[in-house]
Amino acid sequence: MNEPPISRGFRARQRPPGTRDRVPPGQHLVSDFPVLSAGPTPEADLASWRFGLDDGASPFAEWTWAEFNALPQTEITVDIHCVTTWSKLDTRWRGVTIDDLLAAAGLSEAPDAFVMAHCEGGYTTNMPVADLVDGKAMVATHFDDEPLDPEHGGPARLLVPHLYFWKSAKWIRRLQFIPEDQPGFWEENGYHMYGDPWREQRYDGD
Amino acid sequence: MTAIEVAAPRLAWRIAEVREIIDETPRVRTLVLDVPGWPGHRPGQHIDVRLTGEDGYAAQRSYSIASAPEAPMVAITVERIATGEVSPYLASEVVPGDRFELRGPIGGYFVWSVASGGPLMLVAGGSGIAPLMAMLRHRAAVGASMPARLIYSSRSHEDIIYRDELARLAAAGDGLDVVHVLTRARPADWTGESRRIDAEMLARLSFPPSQRPFVYICGPTSLVESAARTLVTLGHDRRLIRTERFGPTGP
Repeated sequence: MNEPPISRGFRARQRPPGTRDRVPPGQHLVSDFPVLSAGPTPEADLASWRFGLDDGASPFAEWTWAEFNALPQTEITVDIHCVTTWSKLDTRWRGVTIDDLLAAAGLSEAPDAFVMAHCEGGYTTNMPVADLVDGKAMVATHFDDEPLDPEHGGPARLLVPHLYFWKSAKWIRRLQFIPEDQPGFWEENGYHMYGDPWREQRYDGD
Repeated sequence: MTAIEVAAPRLAWRIAEVREIIDETPRVRTLVLDVPGWPGHRPGQHIDVRLTGEDGYAAQRSYSIASAPEAPMVAITVERIATGEVSPYLASEVVPGDRFELRGPIGGYFVWSVASGGPLMLVAGGSGIAPLMAMLRHRAAVGASMPARLIYSSRSHEDIIYRDELARLAAAGDGLDVVHVLTRARPADWTGESRRIDAEMLARLSFPPSQRPFVYICGPTSLVESAARTLVTLGHDRRLIRTERFGPTGP
């Protein structure tokens, strides 16, 4: 492998101590919360809002906003990593874990091995079920104890913090279980099918 | 026949050499890059730049491509952000002849070419002009004449990036209008728009929703959020509105 050219005088900004092993390769820390979306932020109408689990044909379960908020609540504090190279440490979220959603739907386990997440506005993203269960992921409705802002995905977004953040789909409306992995929106547009920040899987082929 | 299973090739890091530096505004400059093996791009796409320091420390950031696909070299336009790590180096330290790594092009959604059709409606804030400039340069390079309009918000007249080139493009009489909006300081003889882009301005200056313009909005989050929301309210099909944002920490 060729050595990269050296940029004379280029050096790291100071990092907060103790954070080095929490920042994946090619990432840098931010203290604010950047917004990235492909289109306009949708207006949520909580009266007609629904969230459901299905297999593309029949629904396993569907919840209204009130019903969804009556499901068991879980709070987690996690680091998040955006493919555009920012990472943010110790973000605090509240929502309903996928495990609790499956249980509430009366499913002892997920019906298929993969998921396509569908969102208001048509955004989709894919991932293995294994990355959603066992406490790894939730549908989040709160950030820092406040209802999630629309520009950050409110009223509810998927939160899969161990994958690049485009997998944590904003404005989530349903999870579709599918037998084989299929590309979602960014995955169709050159981004990686899985998106592990620690293996720097940013783009197709990484 | 066996099943066809072609793993996508990894998007390779290439070595770019800085050929020319153009001071666009006091805080913004353009780097014109020679990238051997560059595969070409579509207007609106971006690249990732990776800098490696003498101690081996490496950092990467994304930059929109500002040049047209038809241009002989790849150009990026970088704003100096005081608290940044990569942008101050690119915007202040780099000199012609310097080399660094990049890979791309990246992104298949925030793209437009003349084959996409028109009208083309662009809304930019600050250095968010860069990917939209690639679209306008491409449109001019291929001699297209579909209606196009740029609404471009800058802090002051001195902060307008590509000011002279935009004036030339708008004067070509090929269907492009450029409307400048100045939010902070105005020249004494300024008669143009002089406040933040708002609903009244977008209603007056955008192509009507009935013409189904392709809309691309790029700039700071606040501008993008507000312009996109307003255009939806004015009746534009949200599926025709594509956005790209950067916050203070983006580039």
